[in-house]
Amino acid sequence: MNSIAEDSANIKARLQWRCRRGMLELDLLLLPFVENVYDSLSAEDKHKFHLLLDLQDQELLECLMLQTPPQDNNLNDIISQIRSTV
Amino acid sequence: MSSSIPVRRFDTLVIGAGGGGLRAALQLAQADAHVAVVSKVFPTRSHTVAAQGGMNAALANVLPDNWHWHMFDTIKGSDYLADQDAVEYMCRAAPRLVVELEHAGVPFSRLDNGKIYQRPFGGQSQNFGGDQAARTCAAADRTGHAILHSLYQQNIHAKTHFFDEYLALDLIYDDEGTILGAVVMEIETGETMVIEAKATLLATGGAGQIFRTNTNAHINTGDGMGMALRAGIPLQDMEFFQFHPTGIAGKGMLITEGARGEGGYLLNKDGERFMERYAPNAKDLASRDVVSRAIYTEVKEGRGCGPNADHVMLKLDHLGMDVIQKRLPGIRSTIQTFLHIDPASESIPVYPTAHYTMGGIPTNRHGQVVAPLGQTAEETVQGLYAVGECACVSVHGANRLGGNSLLDIVVFGRAAGNHIIDYLKENRYHRPMADDSIDKAMARLSRWGQKGEGESVRQLKDELKKTMEDFCGVFRTDEILAEGVDKVIALEARLQDARLQDHSKVFNTARVEALELENLMDIALATVCSAHARKESRGAHSRIDYPDRDDERWLKHSLFFKEGRKLDYKPVRMKPLTVDSFPPKARVY
Repeated sequence: MNSIAEDSANIKARLQWRCRRGMLELDLLLLPFVENVYDSLSAEDKHKFHLLLDLQDQELLECLMLQTPPQDNNLNDIISQIRSTV
Repeated sequence: MSSSIPVRRFDTLVIGAGGGGLRAALQLAQADAHVAVVSKVFPTRSHTVAAQGGMNAALANVLPDNWHWHMFDTIKGSDYLADQDAVEYMCRAAPRLVVELEHAGVPFSRLDNGKIYQRPFGGQSQNFGGDQAARTCAAADRTGHAILHSLYQQNIHAKTHFFDEYLALDLIYDDEGTILGAVVMEIETGETMVIEAKATLLATGGAGQIFRTNTNAHINTGDGMGMALRAGIPLQDMEFFQFHPTGIAGKGMLITEGARGEGGYLLNKDGERFMERYAPNAKDLASRDVVSRAIYTEVKEGRGCGPNADHVMLKLDHLGMDVIQKRLPGIRSTIQTFLHIDPASESIPVYPTAHYTMGGIPTNRHGQVVAPLGQTAEETVQGLYAVGECACVSVHGANRLGGNSLLDIVVFGRAAGNHIIDYLKENRYHRPMADDSIDKAMARLSRWGQKGEGESVRQLKDELKKTMEDFCGVFRTDEILAEGVDKVIALEARLQDARLQDHSKVFNTARVEALELENLMDIALATVCSAHARKESRGAHSRIDYPDRDDERWLKHSLFFKEGRKLDYKPVRMKPLTVDSFPPKARVY
């Protein structure tokens, strides 16, 4: 593997671990998205996904279940994408 | 080999950063002990965060209450398998712990008079089995989240040292069986490290992932229980696993009893309201085990729904949009998110889901791990403690009451912290390291470096979880369990032939999953063997062929040892600390 491919594989692996959360609901929303969709996202959407992962579990759950809108309006679009791939 | 591994030294090593581990770490750090906490995920992503219900304490803010009634309810709920000294200790401590958490910033919901609000939960009574009590304190529906964050912030303030995203591999122990710390692996780099400690506390949570359909986060792989088994320590009462009858089929998330309480009911593929046959009076509101077994039976006898006929349907649409939106908004949003259907217009596919591990690493009420290692049934394992769902203290016995798990982790986390402080005063120096024990842990890790073709870890894990669901789930007979034991033993043998395809070091999650699978396999075997051996029905362990509780033969704790798959038993501690014992009675609600 060349170093760029290796870096990208490492980033993905790190991301998969960050998607292991304290709630089953989050595991089921995030892990398939990383495995099946993340690679095809634009750089901007990838960045938004990383921002979303910075949220605490409870807050993240409420956003993804549409119970509370995210404080950052820019994340609405990535939330819709995650929901549509479940 | 062991000489090349970096070593860090602490007074105490805490493995697991949920509520139990963090409460113990806080007690220690505030007493100026040098504490390390190892967590495989970032601490505030521990499974405690998912505990939404609340925490029981006899504050009597809403209805009359006292700790002695709470003690009675817990022992009755446990089907008399709980140790009564530990239950008394927990129920007495509960009010103080709630106040302490509140002072630390946990925003408990309040009554208009300013006192902490308390909600009624199943199994709570006034006056030893009388009217419903209201004993559960909650911070809205985010109690676990609030407690976990508060404890984490306090630990940061108290200078607890965190090793985030480190996986604990194995305990280190010397020839006398004293625990000296653990071998851990940094997940990011794949590098190993020895953490030496005078005292080690396991707080790694439950093992819901041994079952296919479960409510647990993927991280709940019972790592501490696996480590204990490999160190020669038995697991206690593993046959007692709490199932909830209505999880979303194939996914596991819980649909609360409230859905049936509001008038929802279950249907098989013929559209029959089948609970009328199993429980003519209570119907869909019969107790959890009855509803779970009925669903299993419908599916097993070919009346399941869906293309694989593997679930039944929960009907809510007749309740109307207004009732669903007003009374069950959380359920509606879960269903809409994961099934893309609206329960106001379509039925929900459901199946029993594994929820809570009542069994675990045997401890006394100080959190010290105890095992029949020499002359008596409860000798302390020097230097080792365990708290929370990975432990079996035992306050939940054969069945846990709602609201008692958050209480368990803070009460015994604190108790273990206090006991370790005293232990450290008497054990001021680190003992000599046991290199052979380190080598053993390293061999377990390096075995996964073998290359070539072999069984797939993912495939074995799926087969194990399906096997446990089918042969050690809610429907248990001698025949089914015996087959389950054989099947898990066969899977365990195949695990030796499993190989990884990815041998990279950085964030190699495949390797982490392989190490987790070894833990799951050991725990599954402990569970199915213990369940096969217990020939009675008690609490969550329900045998069709032995439908009654048998106190004469079975009022005792099971102990499963990995070595030789040996089972042993020890008496239940029936004598409380100060009050009279609650003798076993028929458990009627």
